[in-house]
Amino acid sequence: MSAKDPAANRPLSPFMLGQYYRFQLSSALSFLHRITGVGLAIGSLGLAAWVLCAAMGPEQYAAYTGFAASPFGQFLLICWSWALFYHACNGVRHLVWDGGKAFERSQVDLGGWIVVLSSLALTAVLWLVVCFA
Amino acid sequence: MAQLTLPRNSRIDKAAGKVHKAEAGAKNIRKFKIYRYDPDAGANPHVDTFEVDLDKCGPMVLDALIKIKSETDATVTFRRSCREGICGSCAMNIDGGNHLACLTHIKDIKGDVNIYPLPHMPVVKDLVPDLTHFYAQYASIEPWLKTTTPAPTRERLQTPEDRAKLDGLYECILCACCSTACPSYWWNGDRYLGPAILMAAYRWLVDSRDEATGERLDMLEDPFKLYRCHTILNCSRTCPKGLNPARAIAETKKMLVERRN
Repeated sequence: MSAKDPAANRPLSPFMLGQYYRFQLSSALSFLHRITGVGLAIGSLGLAAWVLCAAMGPEQYAAYTGFAASPFGQFLLICWSWALFYHACNGVRHLVWDGGKAFERSQVDLGGWIVVLSSLALTAVLWLVVCFA
Repeated sequence: MAQLTLPRNSRIDKAAGKVHKAEAGAKNIRKFKIYRYDPDAGANPHVDTFEVDLDKCGPMVLDALIKIKSETDATVTFRRSCREGICGSCAMNIDGGNHLACLTHIKDIKGDVNIYPLPHMPVVKDLVPDLTHFYAQYASIEPWLKTTTPAPTRERLQTPEDRAKLDGLYECILCACCSTACPSYWWNGDRYLGPAILMAAYRWLVDSRDEATGERLDMLEDPFKLYRCHTILNCSRTCPKGLNPARAIAETKKMLVERRN
């Protein structure tokens, strides 16, 4: 044995997603589930702020709704509503997996697309209702 | 916490890569970009480019690697043995996914063929990762038949139905493609057992002859060993034997829920 242990200095092989390990629908949607979860946790602060502003008085409430109605506020709300629908739909997918079902590769891909499309459709329906009803 | 970059000693030195040209007159050239790390040199890893004349090469990525090693650079280091997908030695990261080099057709890869060792593993040399921890984890699940009843005077019998439960599990060759494709294993591999080992554990859980099911489940009921699986499904997608570790893990989780009732 040499004085320096070669095992101690071994490099770590490259792993980074996208660059060295290809993103696939399944892994991309899994990460999206985590990211939307974080987004929703942050969004819940916005919800708390809404309630807080309502309790504080009409002026504060007007300021809040003014921001929410601005283009940036609307953009955030659209993102949050989609994140909510995506997280919920993908949650149902996880429930199915917890039952030991839909693990075939074709089913995994189909389930992924169903979740993506249904979350987009639900978001569209919600905003159509908000805008026109 | 998720690690997103390589440690300093592991970053690829882009300036150090060498290009080995194909011999003059070669018409059907493909570039193989291969990760190199020499423990004796003490330098960071780099990527060498080898031009291979596919007209004078077998169809598989392993054929190209062997051709490179025997004709161009004898120091290129990789594991291989059976060349027919049963030993699991030549598992490596090819074209952004984990595959057995011997079962991967060169023609199925578009553009340059990028070859790296299995992801997020300590590298011994070039394409050879250190699998010591992976094997230790395999040993930890005690992958053998455990019984408490007295040994019978003949074989332990099993119905065809019970035997069929082992199909899709026993075929695992422990190549580590799935475990090293799993982001959870990258980031928690010290404590999370990973898809290959968990599927092996399930193989003994469902074996009708095994009498240590409860004890095996006790061992797995742990926030890290089993429950770091978040159904990312890179494992089932990459398995060169077409097995489904994600389903085996889901079935294990089901067994744990069911025994609470």
